[in-house]
Amino acid sequence: MGVTKEKVESTLTSKLNPSHLEVEDISGGCGTSFALEIVSEQFEGKRLLERHRLVNAALAEEMKEIHALSIKKAQTPEQWKQQKSSEVSKPAA
Amino acid sequence: CSFSPALTPELKATLDKVVTSHKVILFMKGTKDFPMCGFSNTVVQILKSLNVPFETINILENEMLRQGMKEYSNWPTFPQLYIDGEFFGGCDIAMEAYKSGNLQELLEKAMCS
Repeated sequence: MGVTKEKVESTLTSKLNPSHLEVEDISGGCGTSFALEIVSEQFEGKRLLERHRLVNAALAEEMKEIHALSIKKAQTPEQWKQQKSSEVSKPAA
Repeated sequence: CSFSPALTPELKATLDKVVTSHKVILFMKGTKDFPMCGFSNTVVQILKSLNVPFETINILENEMLRQGMKEYSNWPTFPQLYIDGEFFGGCDIAMEAYKSGNLQELLEKAMCS
C-alpha cells in the first residue's frame, strides 16, 4: 500500500501547475512519507500556512495513506529566482 | 458543507475551549517529556529552546480527538501548534518561523496579550 512518488508528482503538477517540483520518498520506498519542494504562482500573496494548506488540499486523496509529508519549500517563482541567484553569487567553497 | 464524521458540534465546542485554554498549546504524538515522533519532538524542542510555557496534548491517547483535530484545524497531520487560540502550523511551518525569527516575535506578542 501507500502512494508512489510519481502519483504525488502528477497530482501536484495538475493541481498547482508548479514551475519547480521536487518530490522525495523518505519512507524507503513504501510510499508513506514524502518530502517536497514546490514553486508555484498560486502561492503569490499567500502566507506560508495558506501555501501549505493548498498543497495539503491538492493531495487530500493521497494524504489518507501518507503518514508524513514534509513541505521543505513552498515558494513563488519570484522567491525561487532570488534564492537561486543568491546561491550562484556565493563563492564556491 | 462537507461530510465530517469526527468533528461533532459537541467536540467542536470543546476544542474551541481547549485551544484557547493556554497561550501556547501543542497537539502532538506523545508528551513534551516523551515525544513519540520526530516531527512532534522537533516542535517541542523549539518551544523549549524559546523558553515559553506551553501545554501539550497527546493525540495518540484519543482517536476521536485525533480525527476531530484534523478537521478542526483543516490540517491532515500532527503536530499541530496553536498560539493564542489560532492554528499556527505543523512542524515545517514552526521550523521555518523559528529560523526566520517570526515565531519568537509572535510568541512574545502572545505572552504579553
